[in-house]
Amino acid sequence: MSGQSQRLNVVPTVTMLGVMKARLVGATRGHALLKKKSDALTVQFRQILKKIVSTKESMGEIMKTSSFALTEAKYVAGDNIKHVVLENVREASLKVRSRQENVAGVKLPKFEYTSDGEVTKNDLTGLARGGQQVQQCRVAYVKAIEVLVELASLQTSFLTLDEAIKTTNRRVNALENVVKPRLENTISYIKGELDELEREDFFRLKKIQGYKKREIERQMASAKEFAEEQVAEKLALQKGISLSSAHNMLDAATEKDEDIIF
Amino acid sequence: MYGFEALTFNIHGGYLEAIVRGHRAGLLTAADYNNLCQCETLDDIKMHLSATEYGPYLQNEPSPLHTTTIVEKCTLKLVDDYKHMLCQATEPLSTFLEYITYGHMIDNVVLIVTGTLHERDVQELLEKCHPLGMFDSIATLAVAQNMRELYRLVLVDTPLAPYFSECITSEDLDDMNIEIMRNTLYKAYLEDFYKFCQKLGGATAEIMSDLLAFEADRRAVNITINSIGTELTRDDRRKLYSNFGLLYPYGHEELAICEDIDQVRGAMEKYPPYQSIFAKLSYGESQMLDKAFYEEEVKRLCLAFEQQFHYAVFFAYMRLREQEIRNLMWISECVAQNQKSRVHDSVVFIF
Repeated sequence: MSGQSQRLNVVPTVTMLGVMKARLVGATRGHALLKKKSDALTVQFRQILKKIVSTKESMGEIMKTSSFALTEAKYVAGDNIKHVVLENVREASLKVRSRQENVAGVKLPKFEYTSDGEVTKNDLTGLARGGQQVQQCRVAYVKAIEVLVELASLQTSFLTLDEAIKTTNRRVNALENVVKPRLENTISYIKGELDELEREDFFRLKKIQGYKKREIERQMASAKEFAEEQVAEKLALQKGISLSSAHNMLDAATEKDEDIIF
Repeated sequence: MYGFEALTFNIHGGYLEAIVRGHRAGLLTAADYNNLCQCETLDDIKMHLSATEYGPYLQNEPSPLHTTTIVEKCTLKLVDDYKHMLCQATEPLSTFLEYITYGHMIDNVVLIVTGTLHERDVQELLEKCHPLGMFDSIATLAVAQNMRELYRLVLVDTPLAPYFSECITSEDLDDMNIEIMRNTLYKAYLEDFYKFCQKLGGATAEIMSDLLAFEADRRAVNITINSIGTELTRDDRRKLYSNFGLLYPYGHEELAICEDIDQVRGAMEKYPPYQSIFAKLSYGESQMLDKAFYEEEVKRLCLAFEQQFHYAVFFAYMRLREQEIRNLMWISECVAQNQKSRVHDSVVFIF
């Protein structure tokens, strides 16, 4: 609605019309492309959403088993096993790295974890009791970390993608509802103005033509009159007095009459 | 001395034996466990426990309870019991009671040494130590950089000093050595405890040697199973077995060369007391082994109460309490994690 009455502030000329038309073509193409991009992003978005849901469901299960594995380890190896394992840690054996993935021009962050492969490090922990449980617990938690990393990666791409889709949609809508109508309005305005000018010119021509006609008629009329006068003059001269002096004599008679007092 | 202890035992040990038997009556029964297993939340567990001896320890805990809090408070109760008994004890019972805690002491020493190696804060480490294994100079352990220093500066004054003679050869402290050191110490401790009990003689020696032999054998089996597939060599493994018990020496030779759980089972089934334990397990499985061992241990510990005038009841009581705390930990973890179906998997009923 707001776009209906809007138009660009331009001089209505043929050149401008050409420029505007070019811009409209550009806008239409941009709109089509952005629309495609938005569709592609939405497809990706849906996929990620599906993955997030399934990962979250499996995460609940995995976290449950891993924390229960910890309980089992504690039960067998004693409550202090936690500290024994913790104090043995020098540096993280699992590391998370992030890289970027390109989906329809949107850079999505992806996390992946790498293990240093030092599996044997804690092997002797709980040698006398609970060593196996500690290892199982370790395995379970490694699995939990895998899921967590995957989920983090998905969630981050989800947010980024969401943002990107919003921006693209905003652009699509802006092109569709603001830029294109405005250009169209401008074009129709310029066309209207040009038509108006044309009509004015035409009218003006008509007007001038009429004037010229009238003028010619008038001149013809006056020429005719002149010719008649000439004829009259000629007649008067033939009688001995010019027509104009005859007029003058009459005039002089009336002037003199004013001084006569009865 | 055998046979005459009934004459003189009560002069020094009578009061404490009465006390420990009183404590024994306070252990949770099967009915208690059944009630606890029915609980829906940790607060329910607290409510049930408030009717037991743990009541006073838990009553002031604010409502969002954690499993660790419950375990901590229950351990506190055990420690209080122990300290009370230790205060009242006279020789040789006091030495006997101290022996019971050496196991925790070894764990604490190892924990602090490990932490120090990785440059952790000593104060933090001290908080993580088991309260039963504390001794005065424990904080100074942090200064030690190798075994010799550790021994010379700190441990020479503690009761653990003699146990270090065996593992003092290894100079550097690293992860592998520390775990081996822990087990070497524990082996020496068990042997020493065994000798001490033999010296006491009488019913104490009889019952304690049975209990300690079981403990030693269990350790041997566990070490074997846990070291399968690790860098631990056969000779090293052999060195960690205690030099007494039912399996000594021929069983140890067999265990030392075991490469998988079925070989362990083959070695163990030759010993009638352990036949029943391994018969419960299906082939290739070691999951339930710990529970089976715990059950067997509890059975033996309970039998210790059947005789009078000996010290093994103290050992039995401490061990039973520890098992009870393990049970409580298991139940409350199951309740907290909503895994009620597993609740009965690992609870060992004491009575």
